[in-house]
Amino acid sequence: MAGQFEAIPGGGAAVAFDEVEISILRTLTVQLLELIGPGDEPAQGEDPLASLFAEGPSEPPEDPALARLFPDAYGDDSDELKEFSAEFRRFTENDLRDRKRRDGMTLIRTLDELASAGEGGAVLKLTPEDCQHWLGALNDLRLTIGTGLEVTDEDESNELYRLPDTDPRKPMVLAYLWLGSLQESLVETQMP
Amino acid sequence: MSVAPTEIERPESAEETFAVPEPDVPWVTIVHNDPVNLMSYVAYVFQTYFGYPKDKAHRLMLDVHHKGRAIVSSGSREEMERDVQAMHGFGLWATLSQDRT
Repeated sequence: MAGQFEAIPGGGAAVAFDEVEISILRTLTVQLLELIGPGDEPAQGEDPLASLFAEGPSEPPEDPALARLFPDAYGDDSDELKEFSAEFRRFTENDLRDRKRRDGMTLIRTLDELASAGEGGAVLKLTPEDCQHWLGALNDLRLTIGTGLEVTDEDESNELYRLPDTDPRKPMVLAYLWLGSLQESLVETQMP
Repeated sequence: MSVAPTEIERPESAEETFAVPEPDVPWVTIVHNDPVNLMSYVAYVFQTYFGYPKDKAHRLMLDVHHKGRAIVSSGSREEMERDVQAMHGFGLWATLSQDRT
């Protein structure tokens, strides 16, 4: 059975990872960060204040996984609501992207510190603040992978969980389930 | 981790009392069911972000799961936009609308 997060004194959480697990988590998170896209740091010579007031997009993303990460705030049931959603998106989506990027960067930073600390796997210890970022990143990973796999609400009875080993989706399904059990155990340590 | 008081979180400010160009219909934040989010995580978000007690957070989470959606907060449009943005930050699928019920 793969490692589970356990609560540690001080409000943080710890989990044992082996090298393969670290590598999978890192790779998936790098892909997530690529999907979310770069930040709006000002280019060289550009006014740093400009990016502070830069407006985000007004259209929902076309990629289904991105659309799930950045949903419409007012829905899209009418032209008026679509317009509200567009306006909301212009003023909030950049911040939301920043948050998701920070969550993913924290995951990578803590894994890299761990990977450089010892050979062949180790116990990852997270501060309470790191735990918040990890929860967000694990959730975003599951949302993007789940969207790609077209996970439905039938959970356990779903055919996805009984795929033959030859099915090309099998590795992603296993990763999805593993991330779910990691997140579940981390939530448990952080419940108020 | 501390639990913030539930209903006392948003005192009406004096400015809001005077600025009344909008009709006096409250806005609500609705969280929608989705097949990916863990039930425990959704309850965790309701507890930590809204400061709801465990029972209330759990009940709202079950409403989302079984009924497909639940109203998780109500207030001014600005407040609900803040809540929706926070829910999106956590990865929950949320919208706001004017409560005409």
